[in-house]
Amino acid sequence: MILHHILTVTVENKPGVLSRVAGLFSRRGFNIVSLAVSPTDDERFSRMTIVVDAESAPLEQVVKQLNKLVPVIKITEVAPSEGVERELMMVTVRATADARSQVTELTAIFEAKIVDVGYEAMTIMVTGDPDRLDAFSDLVKPFGIVELQRTGRIALPKLSRQPTRLRAVKTARG
Amino acid sequence: MSRTGRREIVMKLTGAQALIKSLEMEQVEVMFGLPGGAILPVYDPLIDSSIRHILVRHEQGAGHMASGYAWATGRPGVAMVTSGPAATNIVTPLCDAYMDSVPVVVITGQVAYSVIGTDAFQEADTVGITMPITKHNWLITDAQDIPRVVREAFHVATTGRPGPVLVDLPKDVANAPMEWYWPEKVDLPGYKPNVKGHPKQIKDAARLMQEAQRPVIYAGGGIIKSGGARALRELAELTGMPVVTTLMGRGSIPDAHPQCLGMPGMHGNYTAVTAMQKSDLLVTLGARFDDRVTGKVATFAPDAKIIHVDIDPAELGKVRHADVPIVGDVRAVIEELSKAVRAEHAKASAPDISEWMNQVRSWQAQYPLKYTQEEGGPLKPQYVIEQLRENTPDDCILASGVGQHQMWASQLWKFNQPNTWVNSGGLGTMGYAVPAAIGAKVGRPDRMVWAIDGDGCFQMTAQELVTAASERIPVKIAILNNAYLGMVRQWQELFYEERYSEVYLSPDLPDYVKWAEAMGCVGMRVDNADDVVTTIEKANEIDDRPVVIDFRTDWREKVYPMVPAGASNDDIILGPEFGEGGR
Repeated sequence: MILHHILTVTVENKPGVLSRVAGLFSRRGFNIVSLAVSPTDDERFSRMTIVVDAESAPLEQVVKQLNKLVPVIKITEVAPSEGVERELMMVTVRATADARSQVTELTAIFEAKIVDVGYEAMTIMVTGDPDRLDAFSDLVKPFGIVELQRTGRIALPKLSRQPTRLRAVKTARG
Repeated sequence: MSRTGRREIVMKLTGAQALIKSLEMEQVEVMFGLPGGAILPVYDPLIDSSIRHILVRHEQGAGHMASGYAWATGRPGVAMVTSGPAATNIVTPLCDAYMDSVPVVVITGQVAYSVIGTDAFQEADTVGITMPITKHNWLITDAQDIPRVVREAFHVATTGRPGPVLVDLPKDVANAPMEWYWPEKVDLPGYKPNVKGHPKQIKDAARLMQEAQRPVIYAGGGIIKSGGARALRELAELTGMPVVTTLMGRGSIPDAHPQCLGMPGMHGNYTAVTAMQKSDLLVTLGARFDDRVTGKVATFAPDAKIIHVDIDPAELGKVRHADVPIVGDVRAVIEELSKAVRAEHAKASAPDISEWMNQVRSWQAQYPLKYTQEEGGPLKPQYVIEQLRENTPDDCILASGVGQHQMWASQLWKFNQPNTWVNSGGLGTMGYAVPAAIGAKVGRPDRMVWAIDGDGCFQMTAQELVTAASERIPVKIAILNNAYLGMVRQWQELFYEERYSEVYLSPDLPDYVKWAEAMGCVGMRVDNADDVVTTIEKANEIDDRPVVIDFRTDWREKVYPMVPAGASNDDIILGPEFGEGGR
């Protein structure tokens, strides 16, 4: 697994913001591992969960450059060990009558869900941390994967008895 | 309406009228531009406006003029052009202003919002194209937003680290009605530049300055932008530290000041380069450790601790780790720093750095900038620049293009005031000089404005002299005509075994004197050292039209000293004037 950092970025919910963020990453030579964008409880803002390849650039530069974008309101870093990461995967697996029971069994073990069944395939939805999704796709591979899609991860900081584990990295603006 | 009753009087305007009115509210006096289809609605109310419009001959000229205006005045430069090809023509000036942090506001016309995305005539994705080269940009979709966006655009361009912004205005939005208002304040929740330096960091910086044995103040363009020249001088005199001024920071302390060492970097003088290299503390003020200054970063100033002051937090630690990083307006921080230094002096008296200064002085004596103008020999470009400096007022504004002539100008011109050097540093835009000089002269009509240009550069944007002649903007252009793309030629000579590839231009094609005359300027030619001063004097007397002097200079001349690209600053080459040891 590549060394990565997770940034939760609150941005103004305006056209072109995703393009500004994505453009900044490519221009400065930072690599995005995964990116998820969603509305927040406040319709003026959206939240981006960006997983950054930490080897492509020092995190500090990524954060400081992101901060310079006018529509970026707030950036929070969630260290992988200090966050809860979740991702959703849908995978269509070849499962003719003789293989179907084995696939169903795997689905049960992973507490996944069969969301569609066809004549010789079925589509399964798995949620969990990214490693778990990797494991499931490895295990169903021998049956034949027809299609696979993942959402990209979202993350929240782990809760603890300490006052806060969030490291607010937005200290100064330019 | 009753006598006591008050009713809001709603003023109905078109989007175009609102745009012009908003620019007036922002105190815009001059704008540079060229009309076209999509921006037509805005050019109509311009007729009735107090804003002076300067009609350029190419949109690139408008952008560089706005930039020259901003450098010379410290106020934002404004340019307005139409959609599509006009917008793409102004991309170079935007990128130039972005690299050099120049406050420029560009208004572009756009095809009607209703047809955006249909590949309409003269449609280009201007906002998309300029996103990475503007501090921020806006596509206006509702005429009601115009005053707010203009207010935000000027605010973003001029505060924090200054930079270019772009406002894209579709034609149907310009024609749409709106109800006029002027926003009281700017509300940008994601944009809050930090101006005031952290007091603890400032104290730490003062302590480092107290302990340093071989300190150097490394002054960049941020000093000019923040209006910090006076504050810098005070700090320098308080500490007695030598000051190097980068290409963008030239004039931030007078060259005549005994502590000023001049320009460091690839073509910096030996003392400025070496003082940084040997220093144990670099007090970095509004500078960004550009590769042209540091040479090979790994071997740059290896013993130096770094104090780094910048308004842009992203510059701190970007290239070189800062021992004391300070985010803030450089002028405000310098003023606080001076107070903190005084407090340190009160505790333990001012440190004695006389040994270091003696070392610096001996380098200056041993390795000055050197060239030889032989009697009756070919005209040396350096000689032209020195004579120009001696025969112009102290507050003369100098613009330049990019290449050898630029380096000689920066090395040899004596900048004794801030905002007198108008130059393309980061992007290195050939052709910058002519339009930038015009913009500077428009902004400061009280000042004499000269441009030192190369023959290659001149050919890129010379047509703007037509603009200058028709608008009666009396700029003066000194072409150092060596018939070559001189800097490229120099690299081919030194690093490509004298294999000259596509660098010869010819001294008399075009005929620069005739060309100048055709554009409504006075054209003169000088091919020997004896005529230099009299011709400059003649040019200085002309104040009703632009002047172009074609100085036929020695094509063999190279810019020294030089640190080859990617080499360490320790390996500075002094040049043939210093004999075999010059290597």
